[in-house]
Amino acid sequence: MNLDQLAKLNRCLAARQAVVVVSALEEGLEPGDRVAVLTPDEIGARHDAEALHEAFRSGKSGMVEIAGRRFFLNVHLPPVKLVVIGAVHISQALAEMARLADLDCTIIDPRTAFATPERFPDTRVIAQWPDVALPPLGLDRYTAFVALTHDPKIDDGAILHALTKECFYLGALGSRKTHAKRLERLAATGAAPEALARIRAPIGLDIGAVSPAEIAVSILAEIIGAMRAKPSRAAGTSA
Amino acid sequence: MPSGTPLAHETEILAAAESWKRGGRGVAIATVIETWGSAPRPVGSHLVIDGEGNFLGSVSGGCVEGAVIAEAIEAIADGKSRLLEFGVADETAWRVGLSCGGKIAVRVEPVT
Repeated sequence: MNLDQLAKLNRCLAARQAVVVVSALEEGLEPGDRVAVLTPDEIGARHDAEALHEAFRSGKSGMVEIAGRRFFLNVHLPPVKLVVIGAVHISQALAEMARLADLDCTIIDPRTAFATPERFPDTRVIAQWPDVALPPLGLDRYTAFVALTHDPKIDDGAILHALTKECFYLGALGSRKTHAKRLERLAATGAAPEALARIRAPIGLDIGAVSPAEIAVSILAEIIGAMRAKPSRAAGTSA
Repeated sequence: MPSGTPLAHETEILAAAESWKRGGRGVAIATVIETWGSAPRPVGSHLVIDGEGNFLGSVSGGCVEGAVIAEAIEAIADGKSRLLEFGVADETAWRVGLSCGGKIAVRVEPVT
């Protein structure tokens, strides 16, 4: 790889742009001549187009053989997004852990006393109602959504929005009793039972978590479980 | 990112490689290109090294980094790529083998 190629790769990563590094593995060529750094839009009619498109689809890096030559494809997809409703104590722990786990975390809470940069250093915080803050975020199948305010005024509308999207994980804080009431309220708005069944509540793996940090661990563990679930990290699809 | 964070992400690792190179240092990028059995770091993981042996990232749980860094310093010096394989079957297992029982192939490539 030469410096220009490395710089292009870094520009793509910084811009959350999917990119693949194609390296020919035979010897005898200059390093810069054996490498191509390509975004999906740049594949065009290359002879290895099919393998490259497949690499972007699967997100898997690995060796491929094309026309008798061996190549290594290193696929970089944008990091998984974590959208958290509620700038609460659990969210503070969760935001920090999410960063370590390479999730791209956004915190949303209309209560400006909670949603402050001081409480969430190094995390994107949006002090707006979810109906304003959520649509521009573009929740997709690479998004985990978590509702933690415990306040129906804030959580319910956000959950309804997330249910219309393909989020691979959708969890909401609350006891069984609280969740049963929530399901009644959401059903009353016309939400379908099969959609409501996607909500994971009580949220998190059952590890007996007590403190905010422990609850954050249980939530993050459940998210990672959904993300790495086979055959696809988008739970509930067979793609 | 707070400064001095000990856990580097792939994006930071590659960004460091670029800034080292722009700063006039020799740089090589090591990449896990194949794994067999239980391997500590997935295919695509990076370790970046400068000509003096400073490094960031990982290609294993720390088992083979020393050997990769030594090869990387030579790759920076002669401008040639290298393909390295590590596994427990290796005679030098005690020094550079993978204690987890897996096998990995690592490509070391100088940034030109």
